Amino acid sequence: MTEYALILISTIWVNNFVLVKFLGLCPFMGVSRKLETAIGMALATTFVLTLSSICSFLVNEFILEPFDIMYLRTIMFILVIAVVVQFTEMVVHKTSPLLYNVLGIFLPLITTNCAVLGVALLNIQEDHSFLESVFYGFGAAVGFSMVLILFSGIRERIAVADVPNAFQGTSIAMITAGIMSLAFMGFIGLVN
Amino acid sequence: MSIITAIVILAIISVFFGLLLGYTSVKFHVEGDPVVDKIDALLPQTQCGQCTYPGCRPYAEAITSGEANINQCPPGGEATMLALSELLGVEPVPLDDEHADEPEKTVVYIDEETCIGCTLCIQACPVDAILGAAKQMHTVIEDECTGCDLCIPPCPVDCIHIIPVKIEPETWRWSLPESSDTSPKA
Repeated sequence: MTEYALILISTIWVNNFVLVKFLGLCPFMGVSRKLETAIGMALATTFVLTLSSICSFLVNEFILEPFDIMYLRTIMFILVIAVVVQFTEMVVHKTSPLLYNVLGIFLPLITTNCAVLGVALLNIQEDHSFLESVFYGFGAAVGFSMVLILFSGIRERIAVADVPNAFQGTSIAMITAGIMSLAFMGFIGLVN
Repeated sequence: MSIITAIVILAIISVFFGLLLGYTSVKFHVEGDPVVDKIDALLPQTQCGQCTYPGCRPYAEAITSGEANINQCPPGGEATMLALSELLGVEPVPLDDEHADEPEKTVVYIDEETCIGCTLCIQACPVDAILGAAKQMHTVIEDECTGCDLCIPPCPVDCIHIIPVKIEPETWRWSLPESSDTSPKA
């Protein structure tokens, strides 16, 4: 049990995917202008990341390894993740319009995100077991969500702040992200 | 040999996934708003979010519900805007570069030769941007002037003129977000 808790702490704080590993920066800058969209994106990412780490583990275990075609990992993962997410999106659209309204529109945006593929590949690289993969994916997603929501909250405030001309717009967002990243460096050494 | 296995396996999986998705899209087909589909088909599908909606389809939905204007798609440019205006039967509107529909920013200027120092404009100014005293010439502090033009009607000698301000890095201001008590336009 401690093992899984450590994986969660590690992925959320110490090896945060956005601020320490610098994966998934596109949605981080792109959908962080409004808290509302950031929350939608965060939920969708949590869903996709957990799902994709399960799928990629299964594909690796039962298809790639038995046939000894590990070098096809990247293309296979992209294919599997995209299909599974698309499939879920269609099913959700039909069965639960409410859930679709919350998640649906963000799902296609996040599917081929580098954080998603990154989690799948890192799982294999670090030789995780099935449950470890699930926790790793989920932890990465929670870390991503937390940072995204924090960042959008900050950006909503920056929009009203009196920022010097030279720093207005994206540049102040970049600087903020950099400072957040610096702050997260403080967690290094907590767990591996 | 192994490369053939790889090709075969990838092909099998791709075909399987293709069939699965094809089947799902028929089986789980949801009747959407046909207008949304038509608008969506005209949009460039770059999913860039520059319209402030999280993708092309949400933007199409916002147009249908009257929430968004047809001129918010920078990648589509004028062609998309014209196509949309034709489809929806609305007047074409010039492309929105966020502030394009705001009126030109102006400040006023007092012609000091003509000014008689009556102080009427000072009393009219809501932001105290006009400096001067009785029987002395007046002048406008350009940085403070909001361009409201309230000082023009009181002036007895018509010495106040409007001058446009060019938007330059020095004069451009970050626009304030809408206040939270009015319902946001999304």
